[in-house]
Amino acid sequence: MASSRLVAPELATIKVHGMTREAFLMRSTLAAGAAYGTLSATGLITKALADAGSGDVDILNFALTLEYLENEFYVRAAKQVKGLSKYESDLTKELRDNEAEHVDALAATIKKLGGKAAAKPTFDFGDAFASRASYLKTANTLEDTGVSAYNGAAPAITSTEVLAAAGSIVQIEARHAALIRLVRDVAPAPRAFDKASEMDAVLSAVKPFIAA
Amino acid sequence: MTDSALRELADDPSSRKRFFKMLGGAGAVSAATVFLAACGDDEDEQSEPPAAAAVDNNNSDLEILNYALTLEFLEAEFYDKVIASGLVKDKKVANLAKQFGQTEQEHVDALTATIKKLGGTPVMAPKTKFEETLEKGLEEVLNTAATVENLGAAAYLGQAGSIKNKEVLAAALAIHTVEARHAAALNQLVGRGFMGDGELSGSIPTGAFAKPMDMAAVNEAVKPFLA
Repeated sequence: MASSRLVAPELATIKVHGMTREAFLMRSTLAAGAAYGTLSATGLITKALADAGSGDVDILNFALTLEYLENEFYVRAAKQVKGLSKYESDLTKELRDNEAEHVDALAATIKKLGGKAAAKPTFDFGDAFASRASYLKTANTLEDTGVSAYNGAAPAITSTEVLAAAGSIVQIEARHAALIRLVRDVAPAPRAFDKASEMDAVLSAVKPFIAA
Repeated sequence: MTDSALRELADDPSSRKRFFKMLGGAGAVSAATVFLAACGDDEDEQSEPPAAAAVDNNNSDLEILNYALTLEFLEAEFYDKVIASGLVKDKKVANLAKQFGQTEQEHVDALTATIKKLGGTPVMAPKTKFEETLEKGLEEVLNTAATVENLGAAAYLGQAGSIKNKEVLAAALAIHTVEARHAAALNQLVGRGFMGDGELSGSIPTGAFAKPMDMAAVNEAVKPFLA
């Protein structure tokens, strides 16, 4: 699988389970057949999500999974990453707390709609916390990916209320992305139009962070 | 700014292509959506996101696009004037202003083309009134930039639920998050934290959730900048 087909090629070099992410993806794809089959097997996402025409609850569960991931990422970053400035450390905690609120809000919305909130997966971020640089780079990619995921999924949402909720969250993710980018001294808003990614592409991209 | 960052900042034709691709093939008119009127609850630290305010359900997609176009004209013009004024001495900040301005111009161009493509008439660039702001100096200028970007983000969020054409919605969302990035960067630059705590008005996120603003409120807020 070529890096260029990954929704977030920058993630390819992060080592997870002792091999690069790219190698991991290739191996799991070959071993498990269709990506949908692999995802179903983890019990993470129902097959309904994999099929076309997912409902609002499925989209919310997709978002919830990403928020679980981001929250856990920052929870661990706050504890593990060395060499952050006071500002960067405070920022990490603020991002962590924002994502926690997103998790709560999405779970509550799913429940309100009569759906079942996806369970929190077990995550493995490999060597992402080994240095300040790898933490910030991964954070950058995760936030940008979150933005593209919400922007990709949102037009399929049928309820105005759910769309408003998704919109109010994605705007914060975009703000997060900009701030992390400024810390990295890269352009906060490199594109005039932000990317929109397909759901299955995003799930494929983050799957290596989900421990088997 | 690093070389690679500068290269990133350079005009990205692929993102403009993507925008038009989103609008490709006559967009299907979506089925009528049911708008859920709900009272907004502005309390902080709530675990639920703000409920959809019953905002502007009656605006047509073309009206929304022209409203967005007016805001983008305003932003593009503002950055032009700021850069021309020479007020921004810091190279990094000047580069940001330049890049943000170029982005807003791309938004102007794209929205204009979209409106025409949908058979509408794009509004003309409004006459602006930025002299007072510029006279007050750099701090006022940056605070105003932050205010306007926050307003832009809130404006797009406020209209998302009213857009009927799904391709137009996708395009609006793609711009919405870019305005949010601008807003966060500028909020941070003027020392307000990326949420924009402090006296920035109306459109600042509360905690972890962004707040929409309706058309009337946004138009009122930008009045001081229109001649």
